[in-house]
Amino acid sequence: MSEPISPDLAAPVVSAPRYDSAWSRLLRRPLAILGLVIILATVLGAVFAPWLTAFEPDAQMFDGLTIEGAPLPPDGKFWLGTDLLGRDLLTRILYGARTSLVIGIAANGTALIIGTLIGVTAGFFRGFVGAVLMRFTDLMMAFPALLLAICLAAIFQPSLWIVAMVIALVNWVQTARVIFTQTSSLAEREFIDAERTLGAGSVRILFRHILPHLVPTIIVWGTLGISTTVLLEATLSYLGVGVQPPTPSWGNIIFENQTYFQAAPWLVFFPGMAILALALGFNLVGDALRDILDPTQRGRE
Amino acid sequence: MAAYLVRRLFQAIFILLGVSVITFALLYLLPADPVRQIAGRSATAQTVENIRHQLGLDQPFIVQYWRYLTGLVQGDLGRSYLQRSEVSELIAARLPASLLLMAGAIACELAIGLTMGLVAAVRRGTVTDQTLMIASFVGVSAPQFVVGLLLLYFFAVQLGWFPIGGYGTWRHLVLPSVALGILGAGWYSRMMRSSMIDVLRQDYIRTARAKGLARGTVLLRHALPNAILPVIAMIGIDIGLFMSGIVVIESVFGWPGIGQLAWQAIQRVDIPIIMGVTLVSACAIVLGNLLADIVTPFIDPRIRLR
Repeated sequence: MSEPISPDLAAPVVSAPRYDSAWSRLLRRPLAILGLVIILATVLGAVFAPWLTAFEPDAQMFDGLTIEGAPLPPDGKFWLGTDLLGRDLLTRILYGARTSLVIGIAANGTALIIGTLIGVTAGFFRGFVGAVLMRFTDLMMAFPALLLAICLAAIFQPSLWIVAMVIALVNWVQTARVIFTQTSSLAEREFIDAERTLGAGSVRILFRHILPHLVPTIIVWGTLGISTTVLLEATLSYLGVGVQPPTPSWGNIIFENQTYFQAAPWLVFFPGMAILALALGFNLVGDALRDILDPTQRGRE
Repeated sequence: MAAYLVRRLFQAIFILLGVSVITFALLYLLPADPVRQIAGRSATAQTVENIRHQLGLDQPFIVQYWRYLTGLVQGDLGRSYLQRSEVSELIAARLPASLLLMAGAIACELAIGLTMGLVAAVRRGTVTDQTLMIASFVGVSAPQFVVGLLLLYFFAVQLGWFPIGGYGTWRHLVLPSVALGILGAGWYSRMMRSSMIDVLRQDYIRTARAKGLARGTVLLRHALPNAILPVIAMIGIDIGLFMSGIVVIESVFGWPGIGQLAWQAIQRVDIPIIMGVTLVSACAIVLGNLLADIVTPFIDPRIRLR
């Protein structure tokens, strides 16, 4: 025995950085792991879609319909059945995952940036600008998100990126409110006064002392927000004002096929479960992150 | 208290004004030109200009907005492009059906959500608790149109217990109410659980048990009323969720409310109807929030009025 102690015991003298511990705490929660597995599976499915399926998402196959022209139920060749145009449903769901994830990340990322900018500005600088920004946020809260998104989608011709921006424009409000509350309570704390007394300027205080404290909140709302975004995109596409066919999206798969849904319920069931699973995944992880990163919110809504 | 109410009321009016500015600006920005739609394809440039002038659409933005606003105050939401009738009449005719559906959904979400939350709090930390909380996550993650279509498939098409769609008897009301209420039930069960857990920690609950009251009596008579009130106060806020939900649920179930009206208007790009429904929904949301703001301090005197 040349080594006195094992390397495992020797290493952690200094406590691990905060986000490492948050990550390991996340991995101790079964529900969060379930959520992470769902998200990972969706990402892998979206990225490797061309290798996971033998079909093209837009290919309308002769043997993809019955002789009467009805969609096929799940079988050995078409694992999840086919849709009303004889396209492989599994293929469309895998490619649809790309749509959901791209919109989820782009729309929610934009919403997060808008919300954080408005919340921080209003919370830190207050005054007239702050008041105007927060009244505007209150105003946006009064619009039903779905109807506002529909109006915006009617104004701009919907494409993938337009849908993402429309969703971002209705979804930043929650983030702005939360960030505003946090920023304004931080701005009143004594360490900020101390910094100011030492001669630090607003910019330094903002970037060195306010923003780092907001990171956990931004992570939590970023995760929970993707779930909202995925649901809103699916709903807009289901109503026909979101992502337009032939680009597959889980919502427009149901929109296109719902006339067949009594005879071919799998055309609603499988894409519907995909939407539910992805939204659930982000909700589970986001909720766990909120418990871990924000102890004051523990067990509350 | 009175000052608080007045301030809240002014805020609500201010927000509604802002809502009208935004809806009007959206209407103004729309690429679809209403004059062209009214005049038809074969109209000459002169005819188009005449109609534009008659409708006042050649006036500056501010003048047009003022006309729109004075119309709104008198309940005039404009005319539908395609249905040749007043938007306010179309909405008024369909509002009762939507209110009925919302009442059904509130009953449903309270019944499901409060029960789940209560049971989860009492059985805190057990498998029952965890199962119920997973169920509540599924409830808030489920897209409403999928819930609606699946309920239709299983309970109407397969089992035949309820009609496939439409309006009329209580049987028609059940499935759409459940589909609309499940989202809220998910939130309520989580709020109810944490509210109940907070109450059960209080000293007076231990006192009640210590003086020999039965566990059931303490739960239902002493804990439940205090736990339930802050949760019930959220009903006003729910209206916002419903206003988005009814567009989807009413179109899935063929329910003749304002949501279906909006959905049909989306299909035909009938903008005044979409704007009208948006505006009415925004009013409902503002009133709902106002209601929640007014009710909450009455229910919980510990909340300071600001």
